[in-house]
Amino acid sequence: MTMTEPLLKVRGVETYYGKIIALKGVDLDVHEGEIVTLIGANGAGKSTLMMTVCGSPQARNGSIVYAGEDITTKPTYEIMRTGIAQSPEGRRIFPRMSVLENLMMGGMVAENKYFEDDLKRVFELFPRLKERQHQSGGTLSGGEQQMLAIARALMSRPRLLLLDEPSLGLAPIIVRQIFEAINELNKTDGLTVFLVEQNAYHALKLAHRGYVMVNGVITMTGTGKELLSREEVKAAYLEGGRH
Amino acid sequence: MDYFLQQLINGVTLGSIYGLIAIGYTMVYGIIGMINFAHGDIFMVGAFIALITIVALGITAATPLLLLIAALVLVLVIAMALTAVWGWTVERIAYRPLRGSFRLAPLITAIGASIALQNFVQISQGARNKPLQPLFQGGFQLSDGAGTGFAVQLSYMQILIIVTTVVLMAGFTFLINNTSLGRAQRACEQDRKMAALLGVNVDRTISLTFVMGAALAAVAGLMFLMYYGVVDFFIGFVAGVKAFTAAVLGGIGSLPGAMLGGLLIGLIETFWSGYFSVEYKDVAAFSILAIVLIFMPEGLLGKPEVEKV
Ligand SMILES: Nc1ncnc2c1ncn2[C@@H]1O[C@H](COP(=O)(O)OP(=O)(O)OP(=O)(O)O)[C@@H](O)[C@H]1O
Ligand SMILES: [Mg+2]
Repeated sequence: MTMTEPLLKVRGVETYYGKIIALKGVDLDVHEGEIVTLIGANGAGKSTLMMTVCGSPQARNGSIVYAGEDITTKPTYEIMRTGIAQSPEGRRIFPRMSVLENLMMGGMVAENKYFEDDLKRVFELFPRLKERQHQSGGTLSGGEQQMLAIARALMSRPRLLLLDEPSLGLAPIIVRQIFEAINELNKTDGLTVFLVEQNAYHALKLAHRGYVMVNGVITMTGTGKELLSREEVKAAYLEGGRH
Repeated sequence: MDYFLQQLINGVTLGSIYGLIAIGYTMVYGIIGMINFAHGDIFMVGAFIALITIVALGITAATPLLLLIAALVLVLVIAMALTAVWGWTVERIAYRPLRGSFRLAPLITAIGASIALQNFVQISQGARNKPLQPLFQGGFQLSDGAGTGFAVQLSYMQILIIVTTVVLMAGFTFLINNTSLGRAQRACEQDRKMAALLGVNVDRTISLTFVMGAALAAVAGLMFLMYYGVVDFFIGFVAGVKAFTAAVLGGIGSLPGAMLGGLLIGLIETFWSGYFSVEYKDVAAFSILAIVLIFMPEGLLGKPEVEKV
């Protein structure tokens, strides 16, 4: 752990859905330039944490500080204008907009002058999207939608990129491509990435650090390597499905 | 043939007015999934604001033509702006606090807002008809009726209405399809949560949708006033129901649908009155709506629900 103030600092966050508690006091840090992954079983609260960082739903207790600013009670649209972008669970592509329009929506918070360059960049990253740019989002394949969701998030020129299960439903070769792309963005652009993954093996290999969440609380943390070698992690999250 | 042509002209004129109102229904439905029952009354308020402005500016048919046109543009702008404020207010007071509550709640406040607007105008403006002397008279004689004994007239007023409507609809379609505001509106329509995750201020976008719908209704109000030369506090109900029917006929939520629906309702009504009986013109319009909905439940241009993956 470094001594500098983390880019994202989550402290004691509790999130409820009505009366049901989903996060029971989560502490977590993401430092500038890091790739951090969060793993955990279905229903552990991973997506809830991602969404809570974006203020939808808002944390009922605890605090979320981003770039030195408390964003716990800010409205979502304001949070998303401060350099945070999310490719959410379920991808949430606008089905009746073209690929290009989906990307324009992503670029809405960025300055217009960057649009053409950024578009070129995401098309280089995902050439598939360039071929399909005039197709409507709803008719893309699942994998293409996933690429679009990530590309759309990148169009906002984020400083912190939140990715909720980017490998879901993708062929292994595409998964590798996407993980390579994340690594590349992190290395060359210094993009900070906070990543939720079911694919724990790949995620922990990619990430600098990881967290394990069980039932709305963080139970383990360490570098990717450390976590990969822990017996509890192996037993619970790596069984069978490695590589 | 001449009679047919005349009905066609009248029908398109009426359809233009319905179409402009229908856009407000369809856009609000698209973005928040509720029928804004007060929209017809917003149209009525628009007509009254236009009337008051015309009287206040002292515009009459005697005003020199160029001045008259300039003054009417001013009236249009004022009516659109003030009516938009009303539309915005209705959303803030009656709908926004109930967003996320059970589905019937905003419907009930919508009806409440409609009654409130009607009563407000009835009390402040009186219950009687308000007449306006025609500002434009005359028009083109398309046929003198020599053979048939029926002269076909295309009045300047009708030209004005149709041209204004076409221009506004083209501009509006462009706005929705090609500007970032329009994209934000469509994004909110398709997935509000995701729109917020991309930095869209959803509340503001919804407000703007009401504002735009109200502004178009104000245009319709001014044209209704000039075309029929009389308004009262109840015109919003009848025109509102027709425009709503038009929106459903065209496919609620669809912008071209609202325009097409408005045109069709205007035509059906006019032709039915022209060839059969005036009394049953509404029955005809609603019957056709019912028939279309049986075979095309989404309306003529409605989109089938797209399932999200
Ligand atoms: N909108 C909601 N309303 C009520 N409960 C919810 C809602 N969203 C999530 N939950 C509940 O909150 C808990 C955490 O859900 P969450 O989606 O955060 O899990 P997750 O770790 O992302 O799971 P997965 O790996 O399956 O995506 C679950 O018990 C879930 O049922
Ligand atoms: Mg999840």
